[in-house]
Amino acid sequence: MDLNTKYTPQSWPDHPESSTLEGKNKFLGFWLFLGGETVLFASLFATYLALKNRGPEGMQFSTQELFELPLVFIMTMLLLTSSLTSVYAMYHMKNYNFKAMQAWLLVTVLLGAAFLGFEIYEFNHYVHLGFTYGQSSFSSAFFTLVGTHGLHVLIGLGWITLLMIRNSKRGLNLYNAPKFYVASLYWHFIDVVWVFIFTVVYLMGVIG
Amino acid sequence: MAHDVQTPAKSHIEYEYARRRSANEMRGQVTTFAIMIFLTLIAFTAVYAGFSINFVVPIILLLAAIQVVLQLYYFMHMSHKGHEAASLFLYSGALIAGITILTFITIVWI
Repeated sequence: MDLNTKYTPQSWPDHPESSTLEGKNKFLGFWLFLGGETVLFASLFATYLALKNRGPEGMQFSTQELFELPLVFIMTMLLLTSSLTSVYAMYHMKNYNFKAMQAWLLVTVLLGAAFLGFEIYEFNHYVHLGFTYGQSSFSSAFFTLVGTHGLHVLIGLGWITLLMIRNSKRGLNLYNAPKFYVASLYWHFIDVVWVFIFTVVYLMGVIG
Repeated sequence: MAHDVQTPAKSHIEYEYARRRSANEMRGQVTTFAIMIFLTLIAFTAVYAGFSINFVVPIILLLAAIQVVLQLYYFMHMSHKGHEAASLFLYSGALIAGITILTFITIVWI
């Protein structure tokens, strides 16, 4: 395939992400990776649930005293909205509207960065209270689970930003369309994991 | 490397049809988003309302499951054709996830 092939909205295929063999392979490989990610997060969730509120005798930290729901609610809304904006980006990708796609990806990245900012604030706050990584088995399990998700957000932000910069002058073609599509799948998966984190860790933590 | 793809340009009518279909799909996505926001609000409200644990926990877990299904099938397009392998991979992962979590909350204690 000639990477410089220029398309028009009329000649752009209906499924640009799977129009080439390379695109199909990326799609298949990425879903296999997401299956593996599911198992990774399951093991971290399982560890957290087994070690929740466990620690040295007389530990003063518990989920009920630590977690602040308003902060978690704002973070949830930010990540959920960023999921919708990346759907908008893929909508414009399918319509061969490169500028609109880049604009929506930028909004997605900004919302993701705001989410990450709140998470850093939250972790920093816990550490100042004395709830550090090594304080108890509960704190280790908590920081590993939520921190691994935060790391995924960071990787997603870097990934989408690099794609945007690298292709900024190139425009859309069948070489980079699958790359954008797969990055947006990753971003949605991050939101899938967060739905379970806010439910299982924070909401169920606050009720006890 | 990727193989050559022949994509004959769409006629005016085909193009208009494709645009309209994709605009319709986008409207559906916005509806999905509204439902997801609504489910999140219910979950947070249920916790704030202070009902008994045995009542709230199953409800918020169910709401999370619905929200994840919406995310997977609409935002991640699993409802579209050609996602058989994707479903196999994801559900295999989910099966192992379920067994792992069940094991850790039942037979692990410290």
